[in-house]
Amino acid sequence: MSSSSTTHTSTIGAIGAPSRRNTELMLLVFAVVIPVFAYANVGLALDGSLPAGLLGYGLGLGLLAGVAHLVVRKFAAYADPLLLPLATLLNGLGLVVIWRLDQSELLQSIGQAGSAAPKQLMYTAIGIALFIAVLFFLKDHRVLQRYTYISMLGAIVLLLLPLVPGLGVNLYGAKIWIHVGSFSIQPGEFAKIVLAVFFAGYLMVKRDALALASRRFMGLYLPRGRDLGPILVVWGISILILVFETDLGTSLLFFGMFVIMLYVATERTSWIVFGLLMSAVGAVGVASFEPHIQQRVDAWLDPMKEYTLSRAGVGGHSEQAMQALWAFGSGGTLGTGWGQGHSELIRFAANSDFILATFGEELGLAGLMALLLIYALIVERGVRTALAARDPFGKLLAVGLSGAFALQVFVVAGGVMGLIPLTGMTMPFLAYGGSSVIANWALIGILIRISDTARRPAPSPTPSPDAEMTQVVRP
Amino acid sequence: MNKPLRRIAIFCGLLILTLLIRDNWLQYVKADQLASDDDNRRVIIARYSTPRGDIVVDGKSITGSKATSGTDLKYKRTWKDGPMWSPVTGYASQVVGASQIENLEDGILTGNDDRLFFRNTLDMVTGKKKEGGNVVTTLNAAAQKAAYDGLKNRGKGAVAAIEPSTGKILALASTPSYDPSSFAGNSTADGETFAKLDKDKDKPLLNRALRETYPPGSTFKLVTAAAALESGDYAPDKKTQTPLPWTMPGTTTPLKNEGNIPCEDATLRVALKVSCNTVFGKIGSDLGNDKMVEEAEKFGFNKEQFVPVRSNASNFDDNMNPSQTALSSIGQYNTAATPLQMAMVASAIANDGTLMEPYMVDELKASNLDTIEKTEPKELSKPLSEENAQNLQSMMETVVNEGTGQNARIPGATVGGKTGTAQHGVDNSEKPYAWFVSYAKTSSGFPVAVAVVVEDSEASRQDISGGGLAAPIAKSVMEAVINSK
Repeated sequence: MSSSSTTHTSTIGAIGAPSRRNTELMLLVFAVVIPVFAYANVGLALDGSLPAGLLGYGLGLGLLAGVAHLVVRKFAAYADPLLLPLATLLNGLGLVVIWRLDQSELLQSIGQAGSAAPKQLMYTAIGIALFIAVLFFLKDHRVLQRYTYISMLGAIVLLLLPLVPGLGVNLYGAKIWIHVGSFSIQPGEFAKIVLAVFFAGYLMVKRDALALASRRFMGLYLPRGRDLGPILVVWGISILILVFETDLGTSLLFFGMFVIMLYVATERTSWIVFGLLMSAVGAVGVASFEPHIQQRVDAWLDPMKEYTLSRAGVGGHSEQAMQALWAFGSGGTLGTGWGQGHSELIRFAANSDFILATFGEELGLAGLMALLLIYALIVERGVRTALAARDPFGKLLAVGLSGAFALQVFVVAGGVMGLIPLTGMTMPFLAYGGSSVIANWALIGILIRISDTARRPAPSPTPSPDAEMTQVVRP
Repeated sequence: MNKPLRRIAIFCGLLILTLLIRDNWLQYVKADQLASDDDNRRVIIARYSTPRGDIVVDGKSITGSKATSGTDLKYKRTWKDGPMWSPVTGYASQVVGASQIENLEDGILTGNDDRLFFRNTLDMVTGKKKEGGNVVTTLNAAAQKAAYDGLKNRGKGAVAAIEPSTGKILALASTPSYDPSSFAGNSTADGETFAKLDKDKDKPLLNRALRETYPPGSTFKLVTAAAALESGDYAPDKKTQTPLPWTMPGTTTPLKNEGNIPCEDATLRVALKVSCNTVFGKIGSDLGNDKMVEEAEKFGFNKEQFVPVRSNASNFDDNMNPSQTALSSIGQYNTAATPLQMAMVASAIANDGTLMEPYMVDELKASNLDTIEKTEPKELSKPLSEENAQNLQSMMETVVNEGTGQNARIPGATVGGKTGTAQHGVDNSEKPYAWFVSYAKTSSGFPVAVAVVVEDSEASRQDISGGGLAAPIAKSVMEAVINSK
């Protein structure tokens, strides 16, 4: 914090900074119009006519975006102008692709699609409602600081829910869902936000102890034994998630988020070294005895063999990974165009975990790079919000959320593109799934709140009667 | 706290950068390889996404396309008289891929050929659906039917018929055959049918006319006779100075004739008429290995032919000693020929010594019937002079009129031919192959040259002779061609 005033951070509330709400509105228009065009395009490609739901869909998305914008205008006038349009664009494009996959007879016949798009539109509405609620009720993000330890409890409960008998369900080898009535919820998506609140609150208090009380050893500041406690606990929880829920992605995400926040809080590189070592030990250790993880690694190393095994009818194998690679390859530089690819060949989870493959095939390298850059922009706006925030809690929370967002994008996209083993997570905003959309809208809500607080001009100081007599002494 | 924040920003940037690099690797560097991977279903989806173009014989298509349901492969291939035409068309199966013309001309048939690119782009702009083009073949439907029907009654065998003046293939039949329609689809049953055909010990999938090499037996004496005439040392009606029995040079083994036939000092004409092993064996060894190889290769031996479907190379050994050369010159030892090869021999003789390159794709047409490519007849070689060719023709006509080939006589036309009965197996234990190689001549020229081989017939050993089994098939093929003119 102390150094922030000497570095060039463009951010600290210049008095009378423009609110940029009109910029946001203009960008939002694009963010709604682009998916509407895409939607029309899919309809024209699939059966030569404009889809019947075009007007309703366009109005629905436009209405949601408009309401969100008005709420931001009212309750967070100085918020970052890019976050809302970017999230809206991703959400809209996701809806288009989900609708496009709904039209696939193959996916309909295996029950993987058919009526996903209307549901996703409903989830989007709930997500934006939650976004509005966040802005309405959370007038200052520092309030969250009060709930540090409740957050911890909440996060643990959320993470353990899928393990509760009768509530949790094992889908495709990972236990990360719970069933409530006819809904299935992925509590991990919400736990991500709640944990970030806990980490931020906890680290803000403990950062001095963690940063300063250390011994120097071989050029590294080694933390004291008792300060290792928290990182060990988080590491332990991550390992437990990995073992009991067999969910590599969530485990990696939480641990990665914690290490990032710990590093930012303490400015000690040693924590990163520790973090990397511990995640390596944990991952290799668990992978050596957990067959589900092992199989994911094997499938990653040789997707063609996995495909052949799956085709030969050997149980427990999946052809998805290879099918996704073919989808990307067949898309080539410019893609096949909306609605003209064959990503339905991925079958299971084509519209959720593997939705990126459809983008790759139909929009090509060009479109997918643009899409990844949209994610990069969201992360960049998040980190910029952290830089601009004036309080350590806000900084930590913002960097934690955006870091987790970046890690999730990397883990999911990397998995689908065969860069790293596949994990059971979904692309934020794009993929079909209520939990993911709702939680990520809440995440954007919190970032917008922090950025609003950061950019809001400080109230002009009341003229002090003895201002004349005070001299600032500069060193 | 801002310094680590900036580093985290850079770290996040690197994560995205890694993704971008990976994406470039996948969608640019590896894209073509992934997109054309045989296991990538998109390849086959594209192939069957539009009705496939047709293969045309005599102005009528012998193939078709049928819309399917319940699969992402929208159209499947159908054939009319599949077993009869499969040696020509090959198969185009959704489950095992394509072969022969269906495979070689796949670009035209699917409409994906580069030569159709401009047209396709135009169609895309005008909103017309892409259509496959047609492959027009040189075949003669009547001749093909005669060949297939004749073979079907005889068990295993093959027929190749060529128009001597152009090299156009008129008939190409092989039995036992298969119906490509029986495994054209994508179902498990289709796959099982193919697997069964593939394992069948009678090899129905083998295109015997192009891909099987048989010992040609006495029909090879035509090549030896051509070499003899070309050498200038022999004339059709000059005695050949051959003793009987004749002992092969370097051995104590006399070369035997089949039966008690007048071969002592016989003329070439007589020797060909009664099929003297001694005479042609001696000619081969006297001319020597080099001259024999040279003549055989002029007829197309020792080289694969592409019509455009590949035909196996027929064989005449190099570097043989005189006795091996003698045996090879009567179509034994390692000499082996495809039916197409023997048809080429007859065709070259009939065409006054000029061998035309055999072909069976006459034209490639776009879907609107514009010609994209037309095959022009091309001279392949000149195995013998016009005079010698005409002499050999008169000798072959003697064979049919007075000798072993009398079953091939056609009223109103002149036929020249040569029979062959090739022994094979250890100590000739297996049933011999019956050959007949011939051409027909009418007032308007030489419409057809044909080679017929019948293998492993159910008939008794004595009955297996080129004249008895193969000549009637050759006759009906030639008649079919003559009558369709």
